[in-house]
Amino acid sequence: MKRFRGFVIKEFNHILRDFRTLLILFGMPVIQLLVFGYVVTNELKDIRVAVYDPEGDRYTREITSKIMSSGYFVFDGYLENEGQIEEKFREGNIKQVILFEPGFGRKLMREESAGIQLLADASDANTANLVVNYTSAIIQDYMMDLRKNSGVRFQIVPEVRMLYNENMEGAFMFVPGVMALILMIVSALMTSITITREKELGTMETLLVSPLRPRQIVLGKVTPYVILSFINALTIVAMGYFVFGLPVQGSLGLLLLECLLFISVALSLGIFVSTMVDTQQMAMFFSMILLLLPTILLSGFIFPVENMPVILQWLSYIVPAKYFIIIVKSIMLKGTGMAFVWKETLVLLLMLLLFIGASVKRFKIRLE
Amino acid sequence: MKSEKTVIKVRDLVKKFGDFTANDHLNFEVYEGEIFGFLGANGAGKTTALRILCGLSLPTSGEISVAGLNVYSGRDMIKRRIGYMSQKFSLYEDLQVHENIRLYAGIYGLSRKEIRLRTDHLLDTLGLEPVRNKRISELPLGWRQKLAFSVAVIHRPSIVFLDEPTGGVDPITRRQFWDLIYDASHDGITVFVTTHYMDEAEYCDRVCIMEAGRIEAIGSPAELKAKYHATNMDEVFIKIAR
Repeated sequence: MKRFRGFVIKEFNHILRDFRTLLILFGMPVIQLLVFGYVVTNELKDIRVAVYDPEGDRYTREITSKIMSSGYFVFDGYLENEGQIEEKFREGNIKQVILFEPGFGRKLMREESAGIQLLADASDANTANLVVNYTSAIIQDYMMDLRKNSGVRFQIVPEVRMLYNENMEGAFMFVPGVMALILMIVSALMTSITITREKELGTMETLLVSPLRPRQIVLGKVTPYVILSFINALTIVAMGYFVFGLPVQGSLGLLLLECLLFISVALSLGIFVSTMVDTQQMAMFFSMILLLLPTILLSGFIFPVENMPVILQWLSYIVPAKYFIIIVKSIMLKGTGMAFVWKETLVLLLMLLLFIGASVKRFKIRLE
Repeated sequence: MKSEKTVIKVRDLVKKFGDFTANDHLNFEVYEGEIFGFLGANGAGKTTALRILCGLSLPTSGEISVAGLNVYSGRDMIKRRIGYMSQKFSLYEDLQVHENIRLYAGIYGLSRKEIRLRTDHLLDTLGLEPVRNKRISELPLGWRQKLAFSVAVIHRPSIVFLDEPTGGVDPITRRQFWDLIYDASHDGITVFVTTHYMDEAEYCDRVCIMEAGRIEAIGSPAELKAKYHATNMDEVFIKIAR
């Protein structure tokens, strides 16, 4: 045990003396959370929309109700005057204001053309784009129906403007995702790099000749990263709560236990990668391709898995982050307990056993 | 401090990697306290044999004992009794001199008091006291090699294995390095060293010359020179390799 402790201390020294490692370990979670917080959102659901309709008539009401009943939007209310637009956006509840030009219905009948202005909150450009595109499509749809029924060649021209950046509701989506990503990077990537570094330097051989057992060496190298990953998980949950107002509805203890489980899975993956390659570069390459990309692309964190080709949907079932994100969302947002996440937890446990078993096997093969 | 006691005994050691035979029925013995040189060109199978003796790799077949223990069953006990210095550099560059010493001494289970005493003694002998708190990366290569050797024997092993320890070092540092090896040998540590420098072969008590996975000659430098009618080990080697 004393031998082991000295070894762990040495590992901490490596980490604490390398500025770049420190930056990755502690700077990255904060930066990534902020970056994703402001950039990534993708789901359109119950987006609140206000309407400015100075002279309501049959057409404007039909358009409004068609938009609001689409399922993507929720009617926030009518505005009294244009001055309220600014104020409404500032409050941060609505993402879009639809303005009908005065005398919309009359113009449409007389000139066969009328204007609608769509103002979108471009706090995150992606959402704003989606909101505007969906709304325009619904208006087009309405126009087609109108043409078919009356035979008149109406033309409604939506005019689009994007407004500022201050919304943060994407947090509910991305905090669990960023958590999975960071834990994957710190645990898997850093572990595989630190183990292959010893191989590259030749110190691994010296350690293997020593009375330290291989599992002590691996555990010793991994222990500091478990602790650091756990600190990262705590940081992310705290930032989610204090910066983005993301609640933890369920049990914090359960959430942290699940984090520990996911960290272990990621570490075992990192160890597995390091048994396959001999250089830090290869370790980084493998970790990026095999671990990070699937975590970003296939976990449902940024891109909805439901919209992917079937093959990718199948592939997503072997991405550990997918299960972790489901678990975290259930616990944080829905406040559910073990009864609802046991299946995902079981999958992660099985993956953990599988990767550890595979690593031990690979390690033995190398020895012979 | 030579004796007739065998510390390494190798009988019919065979190591195969697929179809390639790296070690083809090796037979030799190493006596306690001697400096045993394992010579050969690159790829002759020196390192493969050394790795098997250290427990880094398992033989395909053969009976091998190290420090009186069987390499199959006594692996863990063997590890406590041997020291090892690899071809590559084995100290951590981002750790300080005394931290490296403490790490390896700790891994070999020395007590805190012993670690302190041996660290002071070691730094004093090597004249490295002034750089005690410097990181390894700040030391010249020659100093590092000497330190690496001293660290490899800090737990007073019965055998120390050196895998081409003087690669890339200038002749003067090499000479100083060999002084350290002699000191260790005087203290009763058996030294098993691989090298492809033939001048170093002259420093060994006995040498074993390998060629394409087989042992071609074994004996003291004087015996080999007489047998092959050569004036130095270089000629011996050329005659064998021919």
